Parts: sequence; C-alpha cells; structure tokens
Amino acid sequence: MERNHLQRQIAVMRQSLFDQGLVDEQFVQLEELQDDANPNFVEEVATLYYRDSSRLIHNIDQALMKRPLDFHKLDSYMHQLKGSSSSIGAKKVNAECNQFREYCQIGSAEGCVRSFQQLKKEYGALKKKIEAYFQMVRQAGPDKTACSRN
Amino acid sequence: MENGFCSPRNDTFPAGLRVLVVDDDPTWLKILEKMLKKCSYEVTTCGLARDALSLLRERKDGYDIVISDVNMPDMDGFKLLEHVGLEMDLPVIMMSVDGETSRVMKGVQHGACDYLLKPIRMKELRNIWQHVFRKRIHEIRDIENHESLEAIYMIRNGSDHSDDGHLLSMEDLTSVKKRKDIENKHDDKDLSDASSMKKARVVWSVDLHQKFVKAVNQIGFDKVGPKKILDLMNVPWLTRENVASHLQKYRLYLSRLQKERENDLKCSFGGMKHSDVSPKDPSGSFGLQNSANTQQNDVVNGSYRFSVNNLLVQNVDPNNKHEDESIVSEPTAEPERASNTSHLPDPHKTKNSQMVFNHSFDSLESEVNLTAFDSTIPTNYSWSEVPEMEFNQEHKPLTSVENGFSNLPLLDPPHHIHVDQLQSVSSTSSKPSSVDRGITGPVNIKPHKGEYGSSQVNCVTSTVSTTNSFQTKTIMVNDQALEPIYTSTCTMRTQGFNQSRITDLESTQRNQTLGNGSPFVSFDDELRVLFQGDCYGVDLGLHNVDFPEYNAPGHIDEVPFHLYDSLRPSYEYLCETAEFYNRSTTIHSMN
Repeated sequence: MERNHLQRQIAVMRQSLFDQGLVDEQFVQLEELQDDANPNFVEEVATLYYRDSSRLIHNIDQALMKRPLDFHKLDSYMHQLKGSSSSIGAKKVNAECNQFREYCQIGSAEGCVRSFQQLKKEYGALKKKIEAYFQMVRQAGPDKTACSRN
Repeated sequence: MENGFCSPRNDTFPAGLRVLVVDDDPTWLKILEKMLKKCSYEVTTCGLARDALSLLRERKDGYDIVISDVNMPDMDGFKLLEHVGLEMDLPVIMMSVDGETSRVMKGVQHGACDYLLKPIRMKELRNIWQHVFRKRIHEIRDIENHESLEAIYMIRNGSDHSDDGHLLSMEDLTSVKKRKDIENKHDDKDLSDASSMKKARVVWSVDLHQKFVKAVNQIGFDKVGPKKILDLMNVPWLTRENVASHLQKYRLYLSRLQKERENDLKCSFGGMKHSDVSPKDPSGSFGLQNSANTQQNDVVNGSYRFSVNNLLVQNVDPNNKHEDESIVSEPTAEPERASNTSHLPDPHKTKNSQMVFNHSFDSLESEVNLTAFDSTIPTNYSWSEVPEMEFNQEHKPLTSVENGFSNLPLLDPPHHIHVDQLQSVSSTSSKPSSVDRGITGPVNIKPHKGEYGSSQVNCVTSTVSTTNSFQTKTIMVNDQALEPIYTSTCTMRTQGFNQSRITDLESTQRNQTLGNGSPFVSFDDELRVLFQGDCYGVDLGLHNVDFPEYNAPGHIDEVPFHLYDSLRPSYEYLCETAEFYNRSTTIHSMN
C-alpha cells in the first residue's frame, strides 16, 4: 500500500511538471531512453544539465554586469543555454532564453536584465521541483519509474 | 532513390555504424550517445571540434559518419564540416537549436548531408545510416564508372572550397531573369519559374552527382535533358534548374577534358598554340556555371582564369595550375583524359584559332608567370557569365562540333546554350593547359616571360580597372547589358590576339594606361572580395590584350570582323557575324 501511495505521488508530481509547463515532451524522450543500462538516465541528464548550465548562468551574470553590454556575446551565451535547456525539455527556461535573445536583438539592456532575472527564477524553480521528483523516484526504487509513466 | 543498388556490406549493416558525435554541450553529448547506442550504433563522443578532427585524422577509416553541433567554442561547426569533407569525405550531419533557414542553408552549402534541430529525437538518428549507405552505393558506382570518377573529382573540389560569399555573389551576378529568358527561348518543353532559380544553390554532393551521372548514362548523351535526368534521379527537392545547370557544368567538364586531349594531339602536330587558347575558355565556363550552382570554389578559380585567358590569351599558366590541382586530387582522372584525347577529333575551332592565336599565346605565358592575379578575377567572372547567355545560342552547332566530344552525345537544344558557349570559349582557351604539359608550349613560354615579366605585372592592375567597368555596366543594364558585354568580350579576344601577335610589350603598356583610367574600382573591390580565394591571375592576360582595343572604338569595330573571319570557316557563323558586329558597336558606344 505504501509503495502504491508513493507511486501515486510520483505520478502526480511528474504530471505537475508538465501541467505547469516546466518541461515538455523532450522529458518524455529522456524517460524512454532509460533502460537497464541507465536506470536513472533522466536524473543523470538533469544533473549534468544543472552542473553545466550553472557555469553558463554565471557567465551571463558576469556579462550582464558590464557596460556597455556585449549583446553579441550575450546572445551567444544564451544560444548555448537554450541548446542545453532543450536537452531536458526545460520549457519555461527555454521560453525565457528566447525572450532574452529577442532583447539582445533589439539591444535592450533593460530587457535582457529583466528577462534574465525571470530566467533564473524559472531555472531555479525547475531545479527544485525536479530534484524533489527524482528524490521520490529514487525512494520508490528503479522498477517504479516505469510504472510512473502514463 | 537508390534505384535498387547493391545491398550493404553485411547483413547487420545499420547496426554497428560508427558514429562520431561532436558537441560542446555535455548534456546533449550524453543524450546523443545514449540514443545512438539504442540504435545499435557504435558511438564515440567528443566535446571539442579540434579533438574530433584529430580523432578523425588518426583513424581515417575509423568512422562512418559524423554528427556535429554548429556552435562550438573552439571551432565553428561549419569549419569542422569543411575539414571533414575535404580530408575524410565522410557524411556529416549538423545539428543546432537554431532552425534559421540561413543557418541550415549554410550547413547544406558546406556539405552537410543533413541538418537536425535540437531537441533531436531518436527516430531522426535511427535513420542516419542512409547517408552512409548512399555513399557506399556511390563509391561502388565510382569503381564501375570511370567517367563518374572524373566528374566527382571536379565536383568535390568545387563543393569543398565553396564559401557563402562566393555563392551569393555568383547568384547576384547571374540574374534569375537572364536565365529565365534564355530558357524560355531555348527550352520549349519546360519553362522554369524564375523563383526557383534563387533556390538553385544545390551542393552537388558526390552522391547526388553519382545519381546524376547514372541518369545521364541511362538516358544516353544524345537524348539527355534536365527534365529526363530529374525524373530519373528522383530527388524530390531537386529542381529542373538545378539539374540543368549541373548538366551544363558536366558538359563543360567533359568538353574541357576533350580539349585537353585535343591539345595534346595538336601539340604533336605543331599547331598547338591555338588549342591551348581554347582550353582556357571551357574552364572559364566551368567557373561560371559552378558559381551559379554554388558548388565549386576551385573550379571557379580555374574557370576564371580560363575565361580571361580566352579573351586575352594570357592565362595559360593559370590553366596549367588548374590542371595540376585536378591531377593531384584525382590521379585516376588523368589516364582517362589521355585515352579520351586519342578518340577525340580535332575541333574546327582549334584550326582557326591556331592561325590567330599563336603569338598571343606567348604573351600569355609570360603573364602567367608574373602571378599578379588578384585584380583580374572580377573581370573573368563577368565575362564568363555574359558569354554564356548569348553566345550559346549562336554557337550551338559549332560548339558541339568543336568539342568533338567523342564520348558525349549531342546536347539538347536548351542545354546546348550554356554548353555551347563554354565550348566555344574553350576552343580558344582550352589548349594552354595542354601546352604547358606539352613539349612545345613550355619552350615558347619561357622567352616571353623574360621579356615581358615586368610589364605584365603592371598590366594586371590596369586590367582590373577595365574589368570593373565592364562588370558594372553589365550589372546595371541587366539582360540587355549582358549582350553588349558579351560582344565586347569577343572583340577583346580578337583584339587581344592581334595585338599579342604584333607586339606584346606595346599592348601591355597600352593596357596599363587605359586600365588606370577606369572609374569602377569600387566595384572591383567588391568582386574581389567575393572571389578572392579563387582567382589567381586569370585576368591579367586579358587586360593586356583587351584594353587597347577597348579604349579605341575603331579597334572594336574591327575586332568583330577578325573574329568572324577566323570563325567562319570552322563555325559557319555568317548570320551571326552581323549580330556580333552590332554588339561590338554597342559596346563601343557604352565605353
């Protein structure tokens, strides 16, 4: 019973990731790649993403502090971040990346700063949610991940 | 697509495909590795383009296909793509989170066999074996088909080196309208829409070319038409225009080979010089066509030189260089050429041209030696383009005869146009290359070099300026302008020849003075930028010869006559002479 309860919780959490628009179908793709060889593949990828992208976020933070802003460089960073974020299907982060790049295009420093704040917020929110989710999945054990899918 | 060709090497074929993945993003690297492994592929991942390149160089046969990200910090993905295409000749798939058409186009232009957008799905990766398979099919074909090898070589060179700027420039020069007009005139069957021409930048990959060659062989040279080829090739995205322009190139290529062979023969006869001149022309046409197609930088360069040579007869050296390059890249091509030569009959043109060109030939050689070629490039380009349009029609019959493609069948009427021009041009220019190779050629050249080396250098700059003026005019005038230009080129040739005969030094000096006065320098600069890599010194020769006549209206008028006289016997251009004459006058008035 408790296992079932946990399982249900996992399913609800997972569904909320989609319902809140935090992740898109790429996340499902990753889940489908999970197999015996890589039972925690999604988590591994997410961990890798957060490790790698935090460096990028830091770089962008630094670049945003300089004046005048190097929009070309910012755009290049954001391009990287967008590509990276697409790997785990971080939908909202991705949307902010696009927004940011649009501000780069028109050379709006204010827009860049504002959208980057928003981006970091989404980035952090996803991280928090997704980590909680993975923790629960780990608790349930490897077998249960598959069941949690639709 | 495959036309039921041979099956893959082994039964498990797609499984075990060796894939090299290059991406600076570790997350994607991990995902792609997993996906590819799930496809039963053998995966190697690489976070740096430079590392990937060294991996590829270490194990040249260690991979079947490369998947590379476009944006990488250490090396642009397109750069890597170029290297792989040049050194390894592996199929490369580009990937990026950006789906901008221009980016994708760039990737395709650089030779990518596919362009995937992130997030990449496994089903997309599952199919990548087709690129490897396609390539293998073509490789087998290559072995079977000698001709195809040569063609491939030619195509490869072009595609590897092509860069965007070049292509764009070419496109601008060759206006869609012009082509359309020509096609309408000559191609009753299919009227292509002008809009499709803009999309004509097709990179003729080896695979694609193989299909093309196969289709041509199937149809038979006598009956080939772009439409037929297109149907046989069965490549959905390919347009009739793409095929038509490629067919032209292909014919030119073949014609050039023939010319070379002819030249060899002629050398033995002693009337070699003319033949040398003619080879240059074909190459020039090549360059033009290529640029239009967006395929080949190398070819373009060579062609540029050639075209110039035709007019001026100076470019002999460049031609030789071009040939040398080709030889290096494809040793196999040479033997074929030699054999072909024996088969080919001497073209009519060559005979005529021989009379006129011998003197000029010497002067040309010296120019080549000088090596001041940058400025000349722009001119060549304009020349080659313009002539193709109008000349083709007039000279069609002649061209076919001249080239005497023993192997090649007669061209279709629509196709003829482009090809013919090239051929006619080539008849004038093609031989220089052979001359260099040949015994007679070198002897003549050396003395000239010594005498004219210094003067020639100066001439180059002057030629550039003249060229610019021509080009600008053509651009402004559009179609109409093109015709006059063409005529002018013709006149130039004759003039160049005449002058060269009379006094090489004097002509060059004149040219220099004349060239300096030209006001279109800015235009040249633009052109140069576009063509920089390609053009060596093709234009130099032309400048010397052409300029004096150009400046003097009276000379121009005379030129047409000369041309006609020389041409008539071989080509039977009686009717055309009148046209030429008019054109020459137009040019004159323009100046």
